[in-house]
Amino acid sequence: MAILDKHTILEKNVTLLAIFAFLVVTIGGIVQIAPLFWLENTIEDVEGMRPYTPLELAGRDIYLREGCYVCHSQMIRPMRDEVERYGHYSLAAESQYDHPFQWGSKRTGPDLARVGGRYSDEWHVDHLRDPQSVVPESVMPKYGYLENRMIDGEHVGELMATHRLVGVPYTDEMIENARADFAVQIDPFGDIDGLLERYGDKVNVRSFDGAAGISEADALIAYLQMLGTLVDFSTFTPVASR
Amino acid sequence: MANYIKLIVLGVIVFLALIAANFARDLAYMVNALTIALAAGITFLWVLRHTDEPVIKRDLSGEYMDGVIRYGVIATALWGVVGFLVGTFIAFQLAFPQLNFEWAQGFLNFGRLRPLHTSAVIFAFGGNALICTSFYVVQRTSAARLWGGNLAWFVFWGFQLVIVLAATGYLLGATQSKEYAEPEWYVDLWLTIVWLAYLAVFVGTLVKRKEPHIYVANWFYLSFIITVAMLHVVNNLSIPVSIFGSKSVQVFSGVQDAMTQWWYGHNAVGFFLTAGFLAMMYYFVPKQAERPVYSYKLSIIHFWALYFIYIWAGPHHLHYTALPDWASTLGMVFSIVLWMPSWGGMINGLMTLSGAWDKLRTDPVIRMMVISIGFYGMSTFEGPMMSIRAVNSLSHYTDWTIGHVHSGALGWNGMITFGCLYFLVPKLWNKERLYSLSMVSWHFWLATIGIILYAASMWVTGIMEGLMWREVDANGFLVNSFADTVAAKFPMYVVRGLGGVLYISGALIMCYNLFMTIRRSPATQMANNSAVPAE
Repeated sequence: MAILDKHTILEKNVTLLAIFAFLVVTIGGIVQIAPLFWLENTIEDVEGMRPYTPLELAGRDIYLREGCYVCHSQMIRPMRDEVERYGHYSLAAESQYDHPFQWGSKRTGPDLARVGGRYSDEWHVDHLRDPQSVVPESVMPKYGYLENRMIDGEHVGELMATHRLVGVPYTDEMIENARADFAVQIDPFGDIDGLLERYGDKVNVRSFDGAAGISEADALIAYLQMLGTLVDFSTFTPVASR
Repeated sequence: MANYIKLIVLGVIVFLALIAANFARDLAYMVNALTIALAAGITFLWVLRHTDEPVIKRDLSGEYMDGVIRYGVIATALWGVVGFLVGTFIAFQLAFPQLNFEWAQGFLNFGRLRPLHTSAVIFAFGGNALICTSFYVVQRTSAARLWGGNLAWFVFWGFQLVIVLAATGYLLGATQSKEYAEPEWYVDLWLTIVWLAYLAVFVGTLVKRKEPHIYVANWFYLSFIITVAMLHVVNNLSIPVSIFGSKSVQVFSGVQDAMTQWWYGHNAVGFFLTAGFLAMMYYFVPKQAERPVYSYKLSIIHFWALYFIYIWAGPHHLHYTALPDWASTLGMVFSIVLWMPSWGGMINGLMTLSGAWDKLRTDPVIRMMVISIGFYGMSTFEGPMMSIRAVNSLSHYTDWTIGHVHSGALGWNGMITFGCLYFLVPKLWNKERLYSLSMVSWHFWLATIGIILYAASMWVTGIMEGLMWREVDANGFLVNSFADTVAAKFPMYVVRGLGGVLYISGALIMCYNLFMTIRRSPATQMANNSAVPAE
């Protein structure tokens, strides 16, 4: 192939070689990533999606920090066994406020996309404290120390403001009341009207770890208990081609 | 004069880092800030002691810059052992969860150690191997000293700082939670600076080469450096919540973030662990076999094909997810096409031994390189197969993926790096030969058996759990609970851990062998570091 002789030109010129290599390597990414930002059917229209409450958002950060995504996926595929085991397959809309996404890549433990409401708070507390006490076969590490780490949501407003910067629809009101909403979500006898008004009536309000004060376990369980519960599937019709 | 500027800059860095440590919102950030202050402080003292001292001017342009490569070789071996050790430990954590010690819950649980393991192996072990071999190869094939003076040293020490910051950050809870891109925003920024310096050193050396042609290994190194820079910057786009905390928020979310992450994640494999290591193959295999590269034309075709196609393969990590079907189909098609250019590299590497196959009997170092190419071929066949949707529906989320990754990482990346280290140490320390060839043989067999135990046990658990998850009875009910599948994997998890023990034993033997080569092997008469027409 005589065309290969032309390759000498690139072989003798660093600049050309570098430019060619860069051009060749950008194409795939442009074609695969860029359209996802403007094709309208990428993210379905669904009822019920809302941003995380301050406490849930803090719990999500604990989920990230402990590396839960290393063993737990949050992405139910539409296969029969998965729908049977975990519930309705996951929609793109359900992770639209997830910066970053938590789909995971490995199921050393089960999928958590719809774990919300599936177990009681007490079960979660026991399970975090000593997973083998409720699931003898489990190989999950213990996370009892989360109960002893108290948090006050000092910076949660800033965290939400940063999420707003990248597109999560937090309102000014939500950010102003971030700390109050954070604190009141574990107190059903507190002034919760504002919280429910801002995030909806379905928000779980109770002491998640059953102990006084707000611990990291409270935040984490608040997050786990709402996972996959937002979308109203009675109003959802899948599109044929996506 | 330059030293005074350096002192001022370093002093300012120490000062700012101490302020940052003082206002730190989380422990990881504080420890990282103190580490930066310490690193800048040590550099400050070092520069201070060399300021205004008389320097003996010597023309170094006729000599290769090998000091930094010697450090790189040592760092590669050490980080390798650390990465393998953490890996073996977390393998046993999965078999025996009691090893997630109760007193170390916030630091040493599996979820925190696993990123430490992957980053230590890919970036600390693999990264140092790539940096030091690329510095060696680009000088030899260009007949030129590294460009930029001490910039190469900056690259080396800067990269070690990235590793230390990332590793301590993981243990203390600073993570972006994006696989293989876990370090937080300030580490990402620092890595970008170091990486651009690396690009500058490499390109600068190529520019002043005395050979008209750029050698094929350097095409691979150059494109690997450029592509990794692009991947790193795009996938780590994030906004820090506060300048005094490690937490940052990713710019992309959900589907777009997933696609970007696996565009990055798959090409960390494609460009860091494949293209960069193919560059190593293209120099060190011909050198060790004392034969020219098999086919020049094949190297051109497979180079460009590999570069164009690899970058498309990311979506095969997202089959049947909420990623639109068109994207996942594209990913699958390109992944299968990728099989051919991958094997182009394998053929070119293996056939280089034409006429020198007898060396396999006498030279355990070439044996190591050959088996690494064999594992490369095996895992680049397995990969495209697993990217087919029907296969992926079974293999995804299971241990099969873990086994696949390790036959690539342990077999291809590990073995070719060991081969290169065995080649480099006698050359760099001016020794006639290695201390012991029989130790190399021991290393070869321990590592090979270790990999086989690892890969075989993961095939068994992966396919088993995939089948158990989907098993339904005659009435359509699921047969196995998730916990059943976890329990069923136990024996294979022990086998996998033992494979790791064998592999790390081999690596320790290598470290001893290399150390004794430096200490005891007879010295050569002539230094190896004077620039001669490309070798």
